[in-house]
Amino acid sequence: MTWGALIGLGLAAYALKAVGPLLAGHRPVRPGAAQVLELVAPALLAGLIMVQTFGGDHRIVLDARAPALGVAALLVWRRAPFLVVVLCAAATAALLRSLG
Amino acid sequence: MSLLVFTGASQFAVVGVLGAGGAVAAALAPALLLAARNALYGLALVPVLRGRLPVRAAQAQLIIDESTAMARAQDDPELARRAFLATGLSVFVCWNVGTLAGAALGGALGDPRSLGLDAMFPAAFLALLAPQLGRPGARTAAIWGGAIALALVPVARIGVPVLAAVVGVLPATVELRRRARRAAP
Repeated sequence: MTWGALIGLGLAAYALKAVGPLLAGHRPVRPGAAQVLELVAPALLAGLIMVQTFGGDHRIVLDARAPALGVAALLVWRRAPFLVVVLCAAATAALLRSLG
Repeated sequence: MSLLVFTGASQFAVVGVLGAGGAVAAALAPALLLAARNALYGLALVPVLRGRLPVRAAQAQLIIDESTAMARAQDDPELARRAFLATGLSVFVCWNVGTLAGAALGGALGDPRSLGLDAMFPAAFLALLAPQLGRPGARTAAIWGGAIALALVPVARIGVPVLAAVVGVLPATVELRRRARRAAP
């Protein structure tokens, strides 16, 4: 990988991040628009969770990550602390993988 | 690379394609698709990231999955801004220290999957999503976003499914409109 390509990627990645805050950051956000923007994060987060749990190489995979997410969901529902949720999910996946 | 790009998924995409013998151009396309997600995060963070232009410009580099999720989990804008900065900066430092350590240690570590490390991310994002579901329309947005992303996994390029999840905002917006109309006679 050349330095040119690396710097280009860095600039492009930064430009994408900066679009929102730089263009809209100095104006007050309209309440209607704010309500819609509030919905972007949950939609993307849910997509991210699904892809990282069931995503494989161009197919849907059911492996130790799914029960780990189930454990995480149970703990979130029981209002367990963030660190407990994350560590228990990792431990579930690790345990299932060591067994099978 | 970690200092300049600071978009983990994009970096892994580039290294994955190059490592498999792909061309630089072929490696950049999925990386940019993955980075495009951050543009949407930037929009979601508009109410949080205030301040003068240079301040906002510097903060923008810290926009990633984790800092966005932590910021959006807070209802108070000031708390959200602090959560964003704390998460963004700590991930930035750890990510770059980790990159150095990884380069130095190389293959000495075992398979991260056997430690269940890959299962930590969806669990963390779930914990961050849950408190947001009480907001109007958020549940609909999340269900649609998750379903759309999952449906696209087998057919779309890497990076596209998460990006497409934003379409889940549409049915949620429709629901909000309908609810508002019903409330106002």
